[in-house]
Amino acid sequence: MSDYIKDAIITGVWETLIMTFFASLFSYAVGLPLGVVLYSTSKGRLLENRAVNAVIGTIVNITRSLPFLILLVLLIPFTRAIVGKSIGTTAAIVPLTIGAIPIVARMVEASLSEVQPGIIEASTSMGASPVYTILHFVIPEAMPSLLQGGAINVATVLGYSAMAGVIGGGGLGAIALQYGYYRYDKPVLWTTVTLLIIMVMLIQELGIQLSKKHRKT
Amino acid sequence: MEKVFELTNVYKTYKNDGREFEALKDVSLYVNEGEIFGIIGMSGAGKSTLVRTLNRLEEVSSGTISFYGKDLASLAPRELREVRHSISMIFQGFNLLNQRTVIQNVEQSLRIIGTPRSARRQKARQMLEVVGLLEKQNEYPARLSGGQKQRVAIARALAADPKVLLCDEATSALDPKITAEILDLLKRINEERKLTIIIITHEMAVVEKICDRVAIIDEGTLAEIGDVKEVFSNPKSKAAKKLVFPSNPFEMSEPDGKVVRLVFDGTQSSVPFIANLVEKTGIKVNILSANTKSVGGIGYGQMIVELPKDESSRQTAVNFFKDGGLSVTEVN
Repeated sequence: MSDYIKDAIITGVWETLIMTFFASLFSYAVGLPLGVVLYSTSKGRLLENRAVNAVIGTIVNITRSLPFLILLVLLIPFTRAIVGKSIGTTAAIVPLTIGAIPIVARMVEASLSEVQPGIIEASTSMGASPVYTILHFVIPEAMPSLLQGGAINVATVLGYSAMAGVIGGGGLGAIALQYGYYRYDKPVLWTTVTLLIIMVMLIQELGIQLSKKHRKT
Repeated sequence: MEKVFELTNVYKTYKNDGREFEALKDVSLYVNEGEIFGIIGMSGAGKSTLVRTLNRLEEVSSGTISFYGKDLASLAPRELREVRHSISMIFQGFNLLNQRTVIQNVEQSLRIIGTPRSARRQKARQMLEVVGLLEKQNEYPARLSGGQKQRVAIARALAADPKVLLCDEATSALDPKITAEILDLLKRINEERKLTIIIITHEMAVVEKICDRVAIIDEGTLAEIGDVKEVFSNPKSKAAKKLVFPSNPFEMSEPDGKVVRLVFDGTQSSVPFIANLVEKTGIKVNILSANTKSVGGIGYGQMIVELPKDESSRQTAVNFFKDGGLSVTEVN
């Protein structure tokens, strides 16, 4: 393996980490509150609201059912409008974020739904408002599950970031595609794939450890 | 005596898939300030629904519930939350936050009413001391036994200085020894803090042990209500009889024999009636079933006996029991 490819791989690892980090961060910034709204407005929950739940739920389902590769292409004009360009690592963060938001939202909704109804009843009986109950009872109680879901989401974003290589997003995916696939350079292909696998495993392990540290049951 | 709760013609109907189910039917009762009021019934009788209408976790379908004269249904959400600060509740499943320490759990009720941090900590410690768990303040609930969890829940419920404590099957998940300890704690709190306590249970033993008055709920209706001693010594409704005298299968030695139920009302439980009967009249009776309970330290009980065949001996025996002050009722 020549030196310039080694350098490219190191840059690729860095770019992948940057994309994964910021796309995860931004997707949680939007997806977490969205998930909380989905949870609290669903049937039988504290802030039950059919209209709000149906609108958000439908948008989430539509974005989630689009294959990520299609979403990447569809979002090119939107990406250009936001970051001024449509290729490169920074540009790739936009479709990655958009693609991950619905996944995060549903994952958060599922974690919150696991919380025992008795906890909510206890909070309500103490005279807490619905918003207080969600913030101080439901979310803290769901924390281990939220962290575990978080690790799955970050790993998914990392996997998606490899696809961003297709539209010039940079990162390990782009290297695997350019050197490994188009040039039939098997060692590069296997190196990048191995690196991706290691990164996903590390993220997963980190998530599990964090979740364990927080789980007091 | 001031009335804490007053229920007037309360109905609760659930609608499920077009089917209607009446969980509460025309329930009217009141709860006096400072008393321990028991609500007992079989599972599915509607008692959990009833207790949930008291803090409006459940809305009534019709009828009114007033809390210190204030109609609960008329309260706006904010006013209702205010009132709920005075009506605490503990549950069968404890419902503690598993991801928070014992002291943080107790502090929850104080956070909700907006107590400042330092005062909160101090009050929470004080409450943990009342329930005898101060040394566990930094443990997580998962490390506690069922009885300890319920003590934490009681500390949490009392921290905000409520006027009433609702206990929804609070001891049903606990073994008899721990149940007795929790009931002693509730009794102590009732006496020391003049706290009104409402206890929902399906266990007669719980009512016997600490309640002053009891309401028996059967299929959504109020079957019987009164002082625990009265209801125990002389249950009138079918539901009450079933609870006080759990069915005792017995068989007579003679197919045409006569069976009577003798009920002791407390004062006579130290007198050996059967032995006296045999000694004084020579009449022998066959004991088919007997049990006694202690209510407030006084023995209450019933005995089901088969009387001899000939009419005059029967009459003598019945008169003997009646003269002794027992209540005698024919069973067959």
